[in-house]
Amino acid sequence: MSAIVSPVREPLITGSKTYHQITEDICAPTEKTPNLSWVIAFGAAVTLMAFGVFCILWTIWFGIGTWNLNRTIGWGWDITNFVWWIGIGHAGTLISAILLIFRQKWRTGVNRAAEAMTIFAVLCAALFPGIHVGRIWLVFYFFPVPNTRGPLWVNFNSPLLWDLFAISTYFTVSLLFWYMGLIPDFATIRDRASGLRKKVYSLLSFGWVGSAKHWQRFESMALILAGLATPLVLSVHTIVSFDFATSVIPGWHTTIFPPYFVAGAIFSGFAMVLTLMIITRKVLGLEDYITISHIESMNKVILVTGSMVGVAYITELFIAWYSGYVYEQFAFLNRAFGVYWWAYFAMMACNVLSPQIFWIKKMRRNIFVTFLMSIFVNIGMWFERFVIIATTLARDYLPSSWSYYTPTWVEIGIFIGTIGIFFTLYLIFTRVAPVVAIAEVKSVLKYGGDQYIDVNRKHYEEVIEHEVKKQSKQAVEA
Amino acid sequence: MAIMENKQILFGLYDDEQVLMDAVKEARSEHLDILDVYTPFPVHGLDPILGLAESRLHIVGFLFGCVGALTAFLGMTWIFTDEWPMIIGGKPYWAVPAFIPITFEITVLFASIGMVVVFYAVNGLSPRTHTEVLHPRITDDKFAIAFDTSHATEDEFNQLKSFFERSGAEVHIKE
Repeated sequence: MSAIVSPVREPLITGSKTYHQITEDICAPTEKTPNLSWVIAFGAAVTLMAFGVFCILWTIWFGIGTWNLNRTIGWGWDITNFVWWIGIGHAGTLISAILLIFRQKWRTGVNRAAEAMTIFAVLCAALFPGIHVGRIWLVFYFFPVPNTRGPLWVNFNSPLLWDLFAISTYFTVSLLFWYMGLIPDFATIRDRASGLRKKVYSLLSFGWVGSAKHWQRFESMALILAGLATPLVLSVHTIVSFDFATSVIPGWHTTIFPPYFVAGAIFSGFAMVLTLMIITRKVLGLEDYITISHIESMNKVILVTGSMVGVAYITELFIAWYSGYVYEQFAFLNRAFGVYWWAYFAMMACNVLSPQIFWIKKMRRNIFVTFLMSIFVNIGMWFERFVIIATTLARDYLPSSWSYYTPTWVEIGIFIGTIGIFFTLYLIFTRVAPVVAIAEVKSVLKYGGDQYIDVNRKHYEEVIEHEVKKQSKQAVEA
Repeated sequence: MAIMENKQILFGLYDDEQVLMDAVKEARSEHLDILDVYTPFPVHGLDPILGLAESRLHIVGFLFGCVGALTAFLGMTWIFTDEWPMIIGGKPYWAVPAFIPITFEITVLFASIGMVVVFYAVNGLSPRTHTEVLHPRITDDKFAIAFDTSHATEDEFNQLKSFFERSGAEVHIKE
């Protein structure tokens, strides 16, 4: 009864699950009272978030002067954090859209949580453009809306405005894609619940009943949304890189930025997915759905994108030298050996050297190493953005205006606060929604369930054995 | 294909999608009028057997995308050439390459939102919809074929019942 499965493929779902068992396993965390470790984690996340909100209010009340930015270094931790979070927000849509188009079935184990992570990361990112302008009440003018100051419009030629459109579109489309996938799973929870829970999940599930025609439209839409989201996800970080690349600052105006930023975004996004998934699968007991082979697949992506980023760093250095343009050459010498040399070396070590450990299969399949690496990559990618932004600005054309920058407690507090916001939202998500896409996992059970793979392997071995016997018999007869 | 009120529905529950597909095939060959088939996840290969026409949502997406592209491009063109012409960075008023990124983003935005809204509308799904599932296990691990038996004669009813028994389903009736 099983579908055709390659006998050499590793199972995607272990533990000989039945459809009902999948429902039970994945719905369980939403139906139980949270345990103590969840409560502690949630308390910690909310505390960080509260401190972040306090620092944001402090900034709004007293102004941007509470940050250590100066005339030379106009972008510091704010835009670093913004680009970092946006980068992290790239993995979810990459997993759910690009891997859907490439028919990578392993994505079904991780796409739901990765998409949730994307949405929360983009929310954290979107905070920074709002507050870094200093006068948040003027953010209204970001948007091309008719206003009372005569027909005063935004500058449609500016990459900063393109960025606003890219990020709001990305957020909206990711949210729609995510919620659409959640509807059948909310219906599953609804039909297991009673009382108030049933009412809430009835609202959330939009009255989904699983009709064949609905499923057909659902799949058709998922594929087209994936097709739209694929260029979208690539466009978002391309446009973020335009914020720098369309300027005339040496070290920023390089044509390599778009692909290099996109690779870096995928790199950091997968690292954050791994950080979260390694904890989530353990705490919620989902090891049968997010297996070592899922982790290995993601580690391969980390290795590829990490190496791409490494090539980009070296290309930048080479082009700076090859251009023969002294300001460009200085910018890169300064990046590596200037005042912020430590940030450059942290970036190189974390992003380029450390992922090379994943050439070894044993390391790719080691949970502890993977977890440690995912943290390294997150740190390294934060430093990459810091290096690009602060180091470049610190040494501009006029030596008289050279400067140095260290953040104040307010800037650090806002960054920590966004981590708090991110984890608060993620922890809530793990309690109210299925962390693994139930319907999607069921649809790959006969393709990737270990019991079906074993059956196929046995059948395959029997066929081979039969063929060998037949051939040797023919040989003897001849 | 929504389930109306005051209807009697006869449905059979199957345990496996392959058994379901065989049963649907048989029902079609016996010319039984299937009301709907309900599954916990999308079953590939079911649509042609059931005789469902291909979804036209992609056309909707394309049309909304066109509207988005035109809105963004013509909007920016109007604002920067007619409403309030402004010279920025020595570029011409009508700086086409600079309009491309926003045009792309709005195209994707319109196509996605339009398609999702139409999806919910044609399926009759909304937070206010409270359609009862025929059986709580349909969203879990059971596959159902449903027949509308509100106006069925006794003979027709028995024919359907015997079809379910032959194909290995667990028969239920929902009033």
